[in-house]
Amino acid sequence: MDGPGVAALSAATRSLAGAGTRPEPAAATPLAAAVPAALSVAGVSHSYGERRALDNVSLSVPRGGFAALLGLNGAGKTTLFSLITRLFDTRHGRIAVQGFDISRRPSAALAELGVVFQARTLDLDITVGDNLLYHAALHGLGRKPARARVAEVLEDVGLSDRIRDKARQLSGGQMRRIEIARALVHEPSVLALDEPTVGLDVASKATIVEQVRTLSRTRGVAVLWATHLLDEIEPADHVVVLHHGRVLASGGMSEIVAATGAAELRSAFRALTGDAPPAPEAEEAGA
Amino acid sequence: MSATTFRPARHGLTLGGYLICMRGVLWREALRFIHQRGRFLAALVRPLVWLVIFAAGWREVLGVSIMPPYHTYILYSTYVVPGLLAMIQFFYGMQSSLSMVYDREMGNMRVLLVSPFPRWFLLVSRLIASTVISVIQCYAFLVLAWLWGVDLPENGWITVLPALLLGGFMLGAMGMVLSSLIRQLENFAGVMNFVIFPLFFASSALYPLWQVQQSSPVLYQACLLNPFTYVVELIRFSFYSTFDPTAIAVVIACTIVFTAAAILAYDPARGLLARRPGAAA
Repeated sequence: MDGPGVAALSAATRSLAGAGTRPEPAAATPLAAAVPAALSVAGVSHSYGERRALDNVSLSVPRGGFAALLGLNGAGKTTLFSLITRLFDTRHGRIAVQGFDISRRPSAALAELGVVFQARTLDLDITVGDNLLYHAALHGLGRKPARARVAEVLEDVGLSDRIRDKARQLSGGQMRRIEIARALVHEPSVLALDEPTVGLDVASKATIVEQVRTLSRTRGVAVLWATHLLDEIEPADHVVVLHHGRVLASGGMSEIVAATGAAELRSAFRALTGDAPPAPEAEEAGA
Repeated sequence: MSATTFRPARHGLTLGGYLICMRGVLWREALRFIHQRGRFLAALVRPLVWLVIFAAGWREVLGVSIMPPYHTYILYSTYVVPGLLAMIQFFYGMQSSLSMVYDREMGNMRVLLVSPFPRWFLLVSRLIASTVISVIQCYAFLVLAWLWGVDLPENGWITVLPALLLGGFMLGAMGMVLSSLIRQLENFAGVMNFVIFPLFFASSALYPLWQVQQSSPVLYQACLLNPFTYVVELIRFSFYSTFDPTAIAVVIACTIVFTAAAILAYDPARGLLARRPGAAA
C-alpha cells in the first residue's frame, strides 16, 4: 500500500465489510456474518500476462446497499467488472453473488446480477422494446411476462414512451437509462454499473444517479457503482478506493475522510493515491 | 416496488428457459437480417455475378465429361450452383464472425455472454441462428438461378436442405473460431486475404478437382485438404439425392472440431480472451 495516512485508515476500516488491504473474506466481519453479502469479492487477483491488473482485492455490498468503487482510469475497475460478470475467469480469490460462487455456480450467480457496462451495449438498429425483450429471453423469461416486465422497468426510468423508438434515436443519457432498465428486467439482486455517467451532460448524470439510488431504495437492489467522479458519491455511501489494482481504503465516506486527516473526500483521495481525481468540470470538458 | 415477480432462471435453468433463450437469439439474428437488407442483397450479388457473367463465358468449359453425381454432361452454370451456395454460406459465416468481432469491440457481446445459460449453449444458439439466415439466402439464390434458366433437379430443393444446414453450421463455427483470434475489426481484412479467399479458390466450388489435378497436382492435394471442398461436395451430391460418405464424414468431423474450438476460445477459464486486456469489451 502506498500513500500517506494509509496505516491509520486501514485500522479504521478493518471492521467494515470489505476491508481491502489484506485478503480478509467479507464473512469474517460481524456485519457480513449476520447478513450474507449480496455481492462478495474476496482476495481477487488478475493479471494480463506479466502485468497485474488486480492485486488481492476484497469488497462486499450488503443487500440493498449502495457501494461506490472509486478509482481513476486504469485502476482496475473494468477488469473487476469482467471478473464479476464472468467474462474472465476468477483464478485467484472468490466472487459470490447472493452467496453463489461465480466460478462454481455461474448460472445461479448471473441470474442474480444485472450489469450496465461502461461501453454502450444497446443494439442501435432495433427498437428499445426489442432490446429489452432480447435481454429477457437471454434470461429465460417468456414473451408474455417479459412484455409486462419491460413495461414496468421502462416506467421506472421514465421512458415508457420510447418503447417503439429505435435505440439509435435516443440521446446518450436516455440510452444509459434504457441500459439500466434492461439490467433490471430479470429482477436481479445486485446491480453493477461500470462508469455509467461517462460522457453524459450534467442533467443526464443527475437523473441517472438519482434513479439508481431510488431503485436501490425501493427495490432493495444492492448497487456497485464504479466511478472516478467524487460528486456522484454521497456521505452515507460505502466507498472502496481502488488504485493500481489494489484496494487502498474501504468504509464509510466520513470514516475514510477522518482516517486520512483530510477535510473532504477529494483531499482524502489525493492523500491515499497521490493523484488528484478529475474535477467535475474537467470531466465535462473532456466528455 | 415491483408489481410483478418473475424469477427467471433463479431456481435452475429449465428446458423451457433454454428454448426461450434460443428463440431470443434466433429472433435477434432475424431482426438484424431484416434491418440490414442491403447486406442481404450484396450477399446475393456476388454469386449472381459468377452465375450470370462467368458462367456465360465458361458455358462449355466442362465439355462432354461426365462426373458424379451428374449422369450426363452439364453446362458450367449447372456445375457452379452448389459451389455458389457454399460460397453464400461461407461468406455469411464470415460476416457473422465479423459481427462478433464488432460486437466484442462495441460491447454488445457482453450482453449475450452474461446470460445465466451456459456459454456453449449461447454460442451454439448463435451458430444455429446464423445458419438459418444463410439457408434463407441460399434459397433466395436458388430461386434467382432457376429464373435465370439453370437446370435444377426438382427433388434437389428438398434434399439439399440437410447439407445446407450442416455446411452452414460448420462454416459458422469456423468463423466463430476466427473471430476469437481477431483482436480488432481492422484485422479482418487480413483474414479475408489469407484465409477466406485461399480456402474458397482452392476448392471444388468453381472448377472440378479432376481439372485442377491435370494442371497442378500440388493444388489438387491442397484442395483435398481443404474442408470447404467437402462442404461444396456435400451440397452438390445432396442436390442430386446422392450420398457422399467422405464429404459427410469430413463435414461432421470439422463441425465438431470447430464448434469445440469456438466454445473453448470463448470459455472464460481456458479461452484466449481473458489473457488480453479489453478483449471481451
